[in-house]
Amino acid sequence: MKFPITLTVNGVPHSIDLDDPRVTLLDLLRERLHLTGTKKGCDRGQCGACTVILDGRRINSCLTLAVSHDGADVLTIEGVASGNELHPMQAAFIAHDGLQCGFCTPGQIMSAIGLVMEGHAGDDPERVREGMSGNLCRCGAYAGITEAVLEAQRKMANPDKPDLAKPDHVKERAA
Amino acid sequence: MKNFEYVRPATISEAVAAAAEPGAAYLAGGTNLLDLMKGGIVRPNRLVDISHLPGLDRIERLPDGGTRIGALVRNADLAHDGEFAKSYPAIAEALLSGASGQLRNAATVGGNLLQRTRCGYFYDPASACNKREPGTGCDARGGENRLHAVLGWSEACIATHPSDFCVPLAALDAVVEIEGRTGRREVTVEALHRLPGDTPEQENVLLPGELIVAVRLPKEARTFSHHARYLKVRERTSFAFAVVSAAVGLRIEQGTIWDARLALGGVAPKPWRAHAAEKIVEGCVPDAATFRRAAEAALADARPCGDNAFKIELAKRIIVRALTLAISETAERVAALPGSPFAPVAGALHAS
Repeated sequence: MKFPITLTVNGVPHSIDLDDPRVTLLDLLRERLHLTGTKKGCDRGQCGACTVILDGRRINSCLTLAVSHDGADVLTIEGVASGNELHPMQAAFIAHDGLQCGFCTPGQIMSAIGLVMEGHAGDDPERVREGMSGNLCRCGAYAGITEAVLEAQRKMANPDKPDLAKPDHVKERAA
Repeated sequence: MKNFEYVRPATISEAVAAAAEPGAAYLAGGTNLLDLMKGGIVRPNRLVDISHLPGLDRIERLPDGGTRIGALVRNADLAHDGEFAKSYPAIAEALLSGASGQLRNAATVGGNLLQRTRCGYFYDPASACNKREPGTGCDARGGENRLHAVLGWSEACIATHPSDFCVPLAALDAVVEIEGRTGRREVTVEALHRLPGDTPEQENVLLPGELIVAVRLPKEARTFSHHARYLKVRERTSFAFAVVSAAVGLRIEQGTIWDARLALGGVAPKPWRAHAAEKIVEGCVPDAATFRRAAEAALADARPCGDNAFKIELAKRIIVRALTLAISETAERVAALPGSPFAPVAGALHAS
């Protein structure tokens, strides 16, 4: 049995005939759409490496079925930069050494963008740490990650490009 | 993961009909169910995807002063609803003390109530577990059980109920609205979950195919908004299940506690309402000795099931601490570390 779904990923619409209802959103992104920036760490919602922004909210893509998201809008790490210009969160992770091996980084960045969009952490480092607790970094780059999120949060609050903080900026660019 | 038939009903009645068959399971946020399916712990033949059912994602203020929360409201949306958090601060704090930002964005109200225990032996197909496979035994009894139950457990099962959200719901007399093939019925959150006895596989009173459609808070629940806390001890300060937790609501007028609500998490196979302790503090002026007596009463029937005797004293101290913190007026905003006992204590009565 086929399960036809449409998904907009990083502004690009896709029509997909799923051949198996067990395919998670993570596996769809990586194995069918070849967007391998989103990482499979624990595959159980514990590490956050698979974090994407689904319809404007950060979620663990390993814990949701693709078939359940017909018509959804997905933003992954591949979609956050504007051409050669990094997203402020990406730039801040580099500036503050918010990574070492880099495996958790796409999930960290997507989670951080989602956290800033949620707007509950503000410039409080404790709230940022709490808000990022769903992303594990086994290299232990947490101090740099917190600094990066705080800096990017300030830039996203006062952007040169006012639509930069929103996931649909990608869609607008593609249109 | 075992393959399954995927069904997406358009209405509640279609959903109930589709889920009535043996081997069917409802899919909402999926944050617990997909984890269980990946591990082969739960193997449904059919998934009934209710995540698109209309009308179940609303938070409604009822004419009688109560609040009705649709079963598909996401944990994060409920916790961050300003009016809701102001009216039921212990519920908002409990929600924000649980899981991670990503999980709270996906997990639903109904799913939270029906989430399964995190007992490691339940999750390990190579271990004996009466809950997973009735009659096979319980490897937790002689195993790593320092986080297991001290109240309500049986020889067959010592697992705890993992929900934070359910703890203040039980304290505040929340009611679960259930849709089934014969119509709608209601049970209190306190009566929703069963104790394990000899049948730990039967975790709640829902009949096959029954669907939770809403949780309702009675009008009295908001009378505790000025003196309410959720306190949660965990092995790390964020993204961990409770070792012990307590939800407290007090109605204080002219220095006297007229009404008290208390429930515990992490200590029993279900959210544990402490009625006897409530009675002890009602009518009293807040006082450390009274709070300690209440805590003793709450844990009077507790006994360790293994290496977890420490939880009994820990639960008593958390009760005293939560009652003590609740005397102070509820903060405008949930603390940076929700539910954490390590947050600074301002203006509180010192218990000991």
